[in-house]
Amino acid sequence: MRFPYSETVLEHFRHPHNVGKIENADGKATEGSPACGDMVSVYINVDPKSKTISNIKFESYGCASNIATGSIITELAKGKTLDEAKKITWKQASDALGGLPKIKAHCSVLAVEGLRSAIENYEERHGLVKEKRPTTVEIVQKRLRKVMNPLTGLDLVRTNLVKDIEVKDGVVRVVVNLPQANQFAPAIKEEILEKIEPLWDVKKATVEFTE
Amino acid sequence: MLNKPIYLDNAAATRLDERVLEAMKPYFFDNYAVATSEFAYSQGIEAGEALEKAREALAAALGATSEEFIFTSGSTESSNIALKGVALGDKKGKHIIVSKIEDFPVLNSARALEKQGFKVTYLDVDGEGFVNLDQLREAISEETLLVSIQHANQEIGTIQDIAAIGKICREKGILFHTDATHTFTRLPLDVRKIAVDLVTVSAHTIHGPKGIGGLYIRKGTKIAKWMDGGFQEFNLRGGMENIPGAVGFVKAVELVTPEENKQLQAMRDRIIDRILAEIPDTTLNGHRQKRVPQNANLTFHFVEGESVTLHLDMHGFAVNTGSACFSRSLESSHVIMGIGGDHERAHGSIRFTFGRYNTIEEVDAVVQTLTEVIPQLRSISPLGKEEGER
Repeated sequence: MRFPYSETVLEHFRHPHNVGKIENADGKATEGSPACGDMVSVYINVDPKSKTISNIKFESYGCASNIATGSIITELAKGKTLDEAKKITWKQASDALGGLPKIKAHCSVLAVEGLRSAIENYEERHGLVKEKRPTTVEIVQKRLRKVMNPLTGLDLVRTNLVKDIEVKDGVVRVVVNLPQANQFAPAIKEEILEKIEPLWDVKKATVEFTE
Repeated sequence: MLNKPIYLDNAAATRLDERVLEAMKPYFFDNYAVATSEFAYSQGIEAGEALEKAREALAAALGATSEEFIFTSGSTESSNIALKGVALGDKKGKHIIVSKIEDFPVLNSARALEKQGFKVTYLDVDGEGFVNLDQLREAISEETLLVSIQHANQEIGTIQDIAAIGKICREKGILFHTDATHTFTRLPLDVRKIAVDLVTVSAHTIHGPKGIGGLYIRKGTKIAKWMDGGFQEFNLRGGMENIPGAVGFVKAVELVTPEENKQLQAMRDRIIDRILAEIPDTTLNGHRQKRVPQNANLTFHFVEGESVTLHLDMHGFAVNTGSACFSRSLESSHVIMGIGGDHERAHGSIRFTFGRYNTIEEVDAVVQTLTEVIPQLRSISPLGKEEGER
């Protein structure tokens, strides 16, 4: 076989760990959607005293790297405190898997986000978060850090692809430093909208390319 | 795991037939001369004769005469010449019509021309991939130069009514190009019966060599010189001719029989019938009958195509998917989206294309494997479960 996947990735793909859902989950979240290609649901049970993850499961509608990352991230998070688990990065997951192809970063980052969102969901449900903050350029930028640049496997912000962000009266405008004709332009645009549109006070989001 | 890998991606490339290689061999080892003028040396004259004989045979397979057929490096080049050559060579108008589900050589040639100032209409197709003839008629204007609509689709196999399309174009005095990469020798196509002016063909889909294709250009069609160099290919495409390729192309065409096409169709029908009957939540992409004999394309809902192809590969099967995760651009299949499918339908779509070396037993083997792999992937998928189950 000549796949760009490590043996560890293939092993987790073939036999993923912690698959399924938890009926009485204390926190749960779904990241991605069929439209962006991949979707991950993460379910957690939390020990109320120690605030550690006592049980964790995931479901994946996705490609091999998505499934493998779901498997490894749930392994990494099990038994950790919420604060520890929140800090698990895509890099750590990728390293534990023996590396992931750059172009697949966007598929695998969803599992990491899924874990963080499930923890946030738990915190929201248990009154552990502050109230809603209005969307700012900083918040948009933070979200864009979750959109991968398939050319490098790093996020858009880090690779200087975000040329401009404008937030005005609930309308968000993102300018991407790529020509419209770039092969990844449509996929990137879709992913940006996917991240910005769900913000509670955003009425409209647009993505523009240079040229 | 089976002993031998089973290749079910024959629309992408095919295994060379040994008989094709045998036919080509003399032009690598015995007579490897360039085709010369008839006033040069014997080997060159003979090489030239072999090339012209090949041209005549391929032209005849389309019902054309030899001066209407040029050799190219394959279907990508042929379609590039058809669109850009006409656009540059015929100054009649600045408008081109293509369908939305054309293969990339046509689609991206059209996009490139758009950047040069041409206007391009991308025709919608219906749920099975058919172009609407009324919409085609409406799209044609005074400015229209060329219509390019494929004979059959590369992903879902849908066969367009090129006779009717040709008739419309002819009535309006507009050139008509069709990409016949997936139909040449598999379906009849006679340029004396169908009003088509340019036809793209290739050897790589019919167990011929890679790197050789052809373009039928109806006599009188104005077309700009494509490749500067010598005066080869009627002064349209300079460069040394691929004589072994041309000879191999002819042999590949000769080897396709009506019986073989029936066998391919039997495999196609069996895989479609079995999957639809045995695996729930599956959808056929394209038309049940009006599709090329070698193509089946089905969506397995709630699973992602790359996961399916990877599992199938581990079991020894090579298939293709319209999933974004599989593609280099991370974009879902424009064909499945074009027939009104959503991303989910594209992501779960798997294309099976058959060739001479496949058997009914292999069809049964891949269906058997799918009956194991699909439920396995669905069991870990958050999609497709009733609310009560979640």
